[in-house]
Amino acid sequence: MAVIDYKYKDVIHRCFRCGYCKFPNNWIDVNNCPAYARFRMETYSCGGRLWLVRAWVNGEIDWSEHFAQIVYSCTACKNCEQQCPLRFNVDIVNMIVAAKSEMVERGEIPPSAKEFLENVQRQGNPYGNSREKRGEWMEGTGIEAYQGQEFLYYVGCVGSYDTRGQKTARVLGKVLQKAGVSFGVLGNDENCDGNEVRSLGEETLFEMLAEENVAQFQSLGVQKIVTLSPHSYNAMKNDYPGFNGGFDVAHYTQLLQSLISDGRLDVSGGVNATVTYHDPCFLGRWNEEYEAPRNVLKSIPGIQLIEMERNRDGALCCGGGGGNFYIDLLGGSEDSPARRRVREAHETGADVLAVACPNCLTMLEDAVKAEELEDKLTVKDVAEIVGEACGIK
Amino acid sequence: MDSVYQALVDIVGQEHVSNRQEELFIYSFDLGTTEPHRPDYAVAPRTTEEIQEIVRLANREKVPVVPLGGGLSLAGLAVPFKGGIALDLKRMDSIIEVNEKARYALVECGVSQAQMVSYLERYHPTLTHSEPGAPGPATIGGNVAIHGQGDLAQPYGFNSDMVNGLEIVLPTGEVCRFGSCSISSGWFTLHPLPDLGLFLGWSGTTGIITKVSLRLFPCKRIRGVGQFVVENEELVPEVIHKLTHTQMAEDIIAYSQAVPPFSSGLQHFLINLAADSEKELEFKQEIIWDDTLGEYIRRGDGGFLGFRQGLERPVVSKTSDWRKGGGFEYVGAIMPVDTYPECYRQGREISERHDIPYTVLGRCIGMAHAMMFSWTYAFNRADPESIKQAREALHETDDLALELGGTLWKPGLYGQKLVMERMDPHTLELMKKVKQLLDPNGIMNPGNWEVS
Repeated sequence: MAVIDYKYKDVIHRCFRCGYCKFPNNWIDVNNCPAYARFRMETYSCGGRLWLVRAWVNGEIDWSEHFAQIVYSCTACKNCEQQCPLRFNVDIVNMIVAAKSEMVERGEIPPSAKEFLENVQRQGNPYGNSREKRGEWMEGTGIEAYQGQEFLYYVGCVGSYDTRGQKTARVLGKVLQKAGVSFGVLGNDENCDGNEVRSLGEETLFEMLAEENVAQFQSLGVQKIVTLSPHSYNAMKNDYPGFNGGFDVAHYTQLLQSLISDGRLDVSGGVNATVTYHDPCFLGRWNEEYEAPRNVLKSIPGIQLIEMERNRDGALCCGGGGGNFYIDLLGGSEDSPARRRVREAHETGADVLAVACPNCLTMLEDAVKAEELEDKLTVKDVAEIVGEACGIK
Repeated sequence: MDSVYQALVDIVGQEHVSNRQEELFIYSFDLGTTEPHRPDYAVAPRTTEEIQEIVRLANREKVPVVPLGGGLSLAGLAVPFKGGIALDLKRMDSIIEVNEKARYALVECGVSQAQMVSYLERYHPTLTHSEPGAPGPATIGGNVAIHGQGDLAQPYGFNSDMVNGLEIVLPTGEVCRFGSCSISSGWFTLHPLPDLGLFLGWSGTTGIITKVSLRLFPCKRIRGVGQFVVENEELVPEVIHKLTHTQMAEDIIAYSQAVPPFSSGLQHFLINLAADSEKELEFKQEIIWDDTLGEYIRRGDGGFLGFRQGLERPVVSKTSDWRKGGGFEYVGAIMPVDTYPECYRQGREISERHDIPYTVLGRCIGMAHAMMFSWTYAFNRADPESIKQAREALHETDDLALELGGTLWKPGLYGQKLVMERMDPHTLELMKKVKQLLDPNGIMNPGNWEVS
């Protein structure tokens, strides 16, 4: 029956399409699937997407650009897996990624996704910027190249190239310096971590990146890695061991939590702000780290931490996962998940929306501008807030 | 350029209308065994005014309109049998008002059951609504349109009996309000104005429900469920009669199922109790388990399986995964309580004949004035033979329910035909006249409840 070779053809029909995948934990509305929230057509719900993939695999519908956009609008946020009551739920994102992989094999993917992957292949980053410019973010910081220090500080593509991400990368570097952490970076020699490449379905390119990165880290004697991005953290913690890359990987919020509790990082300067924290999907639902960023924020004098209605494993994705921070299939509307999320943050009364992911940072900061909330809500990375508390400019 | 498509774009905006294969494919399906039929357009309006414009357009162009809520009837009631516009109403999802003192909620039709539960828990914890057994994404509007029932059916009846007011877009595009809201801004009662009950139970064939005022009920601080079991199905009507006489329970369900095998053949009761204090709960438990069911326990005819505080939300979709097949459908029927033993025995026979693990369930409606029965048949969506078996079992069960003196609840086309064949001819004629009067062009959900 199947006309397309598809890894999950014996499972995908098990989606009943009951629709629980649209909800957050508390069922307050049906807008916790970012793509469904954006378009509110059944095709964009997780169940609708699975039924369409099955129809394509079985030859009941033809591939089209619209179909590819529906599939690639999945941000791999795992809300569906969290909410689905059925036993196959652990494979839902894998089913979507497998469909993307088939499209990659056939060269039938959205143009922006194609551009993303080509850029990574050519330049090691989705923006297509020169590899020779990857280390520019660290100019003037005094951050050293990795030469056997305790930690490799892996910055990632957004931290290396995006202007806003670069600022965060620098602040985190200064915070680590201030705490006396022994660390170094790869600068121009750093390559894409591949997390988004894999979620876009380009498995071969991902394998190549993982193998190259693992070989590079091993040749340099890296044992401990601290990442700026939860996306890098996820790939290195969960995927690289499959490529003989068994490193001790931490997201920076986990390291900062230890540094503060050990007394190595002094945040007594404090920050006077009412802060609400947005859980990044690749730190939260993918790796179940909900407390480290909150503990860091709670340790800073002057911060009042309040929660959004959707938090922890029920958080609404910013819409930037699955490469969507670049391929941008969910933007352009007040229903975009990032704009929904900043409205939710604003409703809490917070004046700072804290994030722990450079992708979320750029997505949500753009959304604050689109919502014209700039004078009411500021998006800051947890690293930046810690930097302020440490007196880092 | 397709002029209807362009007109729809003008009404709801480009992003909320589609004539592309992907949307037409998805909106062609019900989740049960009904064969798919593709619409020509899928449209997701946000306002009553947009719906009015869509309906006027559909009348001008003689295009069918098929309203859709959660799309969870499983009986194919929102399958566009004759094409046209699949009207997805889930963007109409505002909870407009909750009146605590008068105990009602005014909501747009696309508010989901789960959203209502969550909203009341959070903002009005002393109130609750009758939550159906359907998955949480089922909508308030869709549920009353098919005479749904919920977990307060035993004391208060069908959910459609809990309607305090309706806003309807008629098939010709006018907006009508029914109940106190038709003469004032209050949505507190449907009665005592002249009865125009032309929309509940019609499955969207006489108009589109856009707003519902729904009665709310006291939500006690402690809610929980007790379980009781008997071996002999003949005892079930008697037990239910005695339980309802106590007027202590919120919900009473009797069921039997093949899975797990060790309890196959037993008749289970789920009895929901609610109380504002431990003292009240203890009193109700004593009345139920000791005074009412104690005699069965002492005789060895029944067993008390315990009481658990806290209500588990229904997750009926798990049924679809029994055979790792992704599908199930059930025949719903409103039956006299004393037919339970036959409903169980003959329903089980049908299941076993079709090699499907049996599930027979009855929920008390209105102090045992009736039971909502469901005979559930799981199927494998990837196996056409399995779907065929389930469909045949469903049709046999439709026949059975009517033979046993019941009436079908939200029947699909096969069941509707059976019902109309048995219906009083004058009633049938009136249905036909009502339909012709309201929907002269026959655009509303055609194929359903069509009197020949």
